[in-house]
Amino acid sequence: MQENSRPTDAVETLLSAYNPAPGTRDEMLDASGAIKPLWRALIERLATASNTEITESFARGDQYLRDAGVFFRDLDTETAAEREWPLSHVPVLIDDAEWQMLSAGLIERANLLEQVIADLYGPQTLISAGHLPASLVAGNPYWLRPLVGVAPGSGHYLDFIAFEIGRGPDGRWWILSDRTESPAGAGFAIENRVATTRIYNQHFGRENVHRLAGFFRTYRDRLHNLRQESDSRIAVLTPGPQASTHFEDAYIARYLGMMLLQGQDLTTRNGQLMVRTVAGLRPISVLWRKVFSAATDPLELDETSGIGTSGLLNSIRQGSTTLVNALGVGVVESRAMLAFLPRINRALTGKPLTIPNIATWWCGQENQRELAISRGQELVFGAAQSNRLPFDEKDATIEGSHFSHPDYDSLGAWIEAEGADIVGQESIALSTSPAFVDGQLVPRPMNIRVFLARTEDGWKVMPGGHARIGHSQTPTVMSMRQGGRVADVWIVADKPVIEDTMLAKPGMPMSRPQRGNLPSRASENLYWLGRYVERAEGLIRMIRAYHIRLTEGMGREAPLTLHMKWHFKEFGVDETQSVPVALHNALGSAVKSASQVRDRFSVDGWVSLTELTQSARQLGSDLEPGYETARAMGMLLRQLAGFSGLIRENMYRFTGWRFLSIGRAIERAADMSTALAHYADASAPEGALELAVELGDSAMSHRRRYSVATNRETVIDLLALDPMNPRSVMYQLDEILEHIRFLPGDDAAGRMTPLNREILQQHTALAVRTPDTVDTAILNEVRASMNRLSTLLSSAHL
Amino acid sequence: MRYDIRLSIDYTYASPVGSGRHLLRLMPQDTPEQRRVSGLLTVEPPPRERTDRLDFFGNDVVEVVHTAPHSSILFTVNARVERVGPLTATTDEFPMANMRAELAQFQSLDALSPHHFLAGSTRIKPLPVWREYARSVVGAGLTVRAAVEAVGLALHRDMTFDSGMTTVDTLPEDAFARRVGVCQDYTQIMIGCLRALGIPAGYVSGFLRTEPPPGKKRLEGADAMHAWVCAWCGPEEGWVEYDPTNAAFVLTDHISIGRGRDYSDVSPVRGMLKTTGKTVTSQAVDVLPLTS
Repeated sequence: MQENSRPTDAVETLLSAYNPAPGTRDEMLDASGAIKPLWRALIERLATASNTEITESFARGDQYLRDAGVFFRDLDTETAAEREWPLSHVPVLIDDAEWQMLSAGLIERANLLEQVIADLYGPQTLISAGHLPASLVAGNPYWLRPLVGVAPGSGHYLDFIAFEIGRGPDGRWWILSDRTESPAGAGFAIENRVATTRIYNQHFGRENVHRLAGFFRTYRDRLHNLRQESDSRIAVLTPGPQASTHFEDAYIARYLGMMLLQGQDLTTRNGQLMVRTVAGLRPISVLWRKVFSAATDPLELDETSGIGTSGLLNSIRQGSTTLVNALGVGVVESRAMLAFLPRINRALTGKPLTIPNIATWWCGQENQRELAISRGQELVFGAAQSNRLPFDEKDATIEGSHFSHPDYDSLGAWIEAEGADIVGQESIALSTSPAFVDGQLVPRPMNIRVFLARTEDGWKVMPGGHARIGHSQTPTVMSMRQGGRVADVWIVADKPVIEDTMLAKPGMPMSRPQRGNLPSRASENLYWLGRYVERAEGLIRMIRAYHIRLTEGMGREAPLTLHMKWHFKEFGVDETQSVPVALHNALGSAVKSASQVRDRFSVDGWVSLTELTQSARQLGSDLEPGYETARAMGMLLRQLAGFSGLIRENMYRFTGWRFLSIGRAIERAADMSTALAHYADASAPEGALELAVELGDSAMSHRRRYSVATNRETVIDLLALDPMNPRSVMYQLDEILEHIRFLPGDDAAGRMTPLNREILQQHTALAVRTPDTVDTAILNEVRASMNRLSTLLSSAHL
Repeated sequence: MRYDIRLSIDYTYASPVGSGRHLLRLMPQDTPEQRRVSGLLTVEPPPRERTDRLDFFGNDVVEVVHTAPHSSILFTVNARVERVGPLTATTDEFPMANMRAELAQFQSLDALSPHHFLAGSTRIKPLPVWREYARSVVGAGLTVRAAVEAVGLALHRDMTFDSGMTTVDTLPEDAFARRVGVCQDYTQIMIGCLRALGIPAGYVSGFLRTEPPPGKKRLEGADAMHAWVCAWCGPEEGWVEYDPTNAAFVLTDHISIGRGRDYSDVSPVRGMLKTTGKTVTSQAVDVLPLTS
């Protein structure tokens, strides 16, 4: 910090462009334009930091997000390309005392929603008593008829929900929408918090900011208590890697220590929900559902869903499965519900809602229709059954004061004809909060997604949230897609708060997860990840060796380079391409497999793999053959070694790691025996044996082991038979044998499975050989055996 | 009228399937208008799991699970029903103009509530084409029942029955654009039109008697499963059934299996099959009146 500038001058400079619009409320400045005490410390810190300090600290936050693999993906674009996570580097600050009051109101609303949902799927007295029009519910696409009369396994319909809230000009908070279906954003809130913490690591007021971990821990404890058997596990049910929220699902699963499952991982047996694991079907009773209700069971719900589990509803009906939240809870999300919830609350409790929701009129009911038409000039009109925010641009909303419609010449005529599909809503000028734009603080409209979880002690509100910051000062344009940003939310107490982490408290019983629960889909992807990474490494070595030969003056038509072409052909490698398509394919397949199991290995591992793929892509097709290409391949090889090292050193030795290792070993054994079949064959040209040693990365070992020059027997000995050389075929067979021993699902009587038999036969066959008896036919047989192993492994475990 | 009903649906797969789960809506309903004397649904090969229940609309549903490999599957129904016919008197006095106010008073979402049948559904979306057509064939000031008949007669006049032009997955608007289809298409098109007029309308699946009464024409669609429309004609008359394929109100020649918002609520066999290659389906229906 610069000692010579007095804070007040610096603050004035920082705020020179900070001019909240008249008539809106600002979070940071009070009505007189003075900074509120809550914000003073943060603003003074920003004001007194040099430009370099600010740039560096913001970059720290952004770097964290990149390293963590947090990207924003737009579901609606064809390409679904990821872009940088749009973090607004200034958090939104809210006073703790105010937050406590707000929380009480949110809990009241959570209980109201629970009651409404329970009624709509139960006795429907709200309808018979006239508090809710029957036609509104009947036309709601989120009210799922097959679930009517089905009680939720947890005893509650809602366990984890969110509210979008915003503050109006008079300082009151408003509910903008209710998110009950499967609210996203809680994981991103954690990531925003970690990134923002990196930025303000020296900010002295931070010890007063409430931590988020306790909220998640108590929620996780409740999910554990919902299990029917204490040894069964809990899973997050995700739509899969193609969904925009998949990163968050994987993140949450890892953060809370839950399995991450997709619909295809599940099936049912006699009404019991089962996970397809490497050890066969295993029961599971609790799922945190992140899949849209209608997509969860194609048999009884949306028959076009490709991500569901047929028979899921039957297992719920039989009481063996608890989904959190229950299916069909999205019924209360629709905008038109906002027109009735205040009245329902009054009918149920005799009191008005503590926090109002945005004033809404449903035009499908006569008295509301008339009110909406009479106030038409002040309202915004949109789709009644939509669950989007009032100002979301994806809905064709019509401002009453600027009415235009292709089929109707007046607002009244439109509403009269299509009223059941229309709501009118008051528009709120949202409060503004500071954002850092081009080196200056400017006011930007904001709203916050707040999360609530049911715990053993009732609803808890997450002390923080996911704030969305508009990209311009107009409060109606808020969509992130349109260039808006997101921000952390700090709930600031007037004294230091208790530190909290996800780790178990001392004295709590420790539970150790059992082995063998790995979903088959996950193990399959890990197996192929192992294979593709090893395939890529082999290809890179081959390409490098080829271009080294070119550098050394060997032409493309020399006997050895021509011979290499035949080897390349087996892997689909076109030697005229400096970076062959086959390499991109192998790396692409590795990333694709890895993306399915991002919850199973570290963020560093994921990032290093994607960086490697990007490096390969950036090399381009115009890379100069010879030296340039050989050098580029060397670089890729080192990056790949980085990835392999991260996996080898850091991956927990669970069943999944064994599948990954088996994949690597099978690929390496197959690749090495193929290379030897080509280069150690009697017909191979001069220099082929040295090439084999080079591909096997064993030149140094060869020099050390043998005092003689390279000959066929030393090469076969070192690369095929030597159990101490981690590149040899024998070493791979040892590895496979060892890993398969640990896989679940062995024959109960101790009889050998076909998989055991195949590897043991091949292992023995090679172990008894001497170098002079290993000919090309034997090597080809090893390769064929690896293919058989792969098939047997698939049918037994994957 | 008493009927003996025999139905068999046979799927043959090009290569054996490892497992399957089906939802069957094949059993004739048991209601005051149609009493089921007996009914048996069998599945071959026998399923590993079977659950019988009623769905939201009160239709009989059977869920069957196969876990052993099989290359064909046969569903058979044998049932005897006593078809009574409509129980409410045909008053034909409820004007279209009263519908909105009447519905606002109807505060229930039970299975027979008209509210389920007014909004768009999975396969029948609220489209301008329904409104345009319906308004062109229904005059002002009609009763609801008269409007139902007017739409049905108009469709029967404008559409051509052709079993080769559409499939079970054809959308009603596509069939309507070509003015061709089978009972399923006629029914879904008519539902779209009635809903556009504000009349609650649903889809009924079932059977027709195979041979007509002496001296009458054989009805279209009698050799397979059939479908027709139900429409809510006000609090007095309640649900009225109309068969647009044959341009007639339903009396005792129709035996219903189930009712829903459109085909997907009552599709006879619903289920996911993991199979490669072509699946061959055959269907046989016999609906024989008992003379005794």
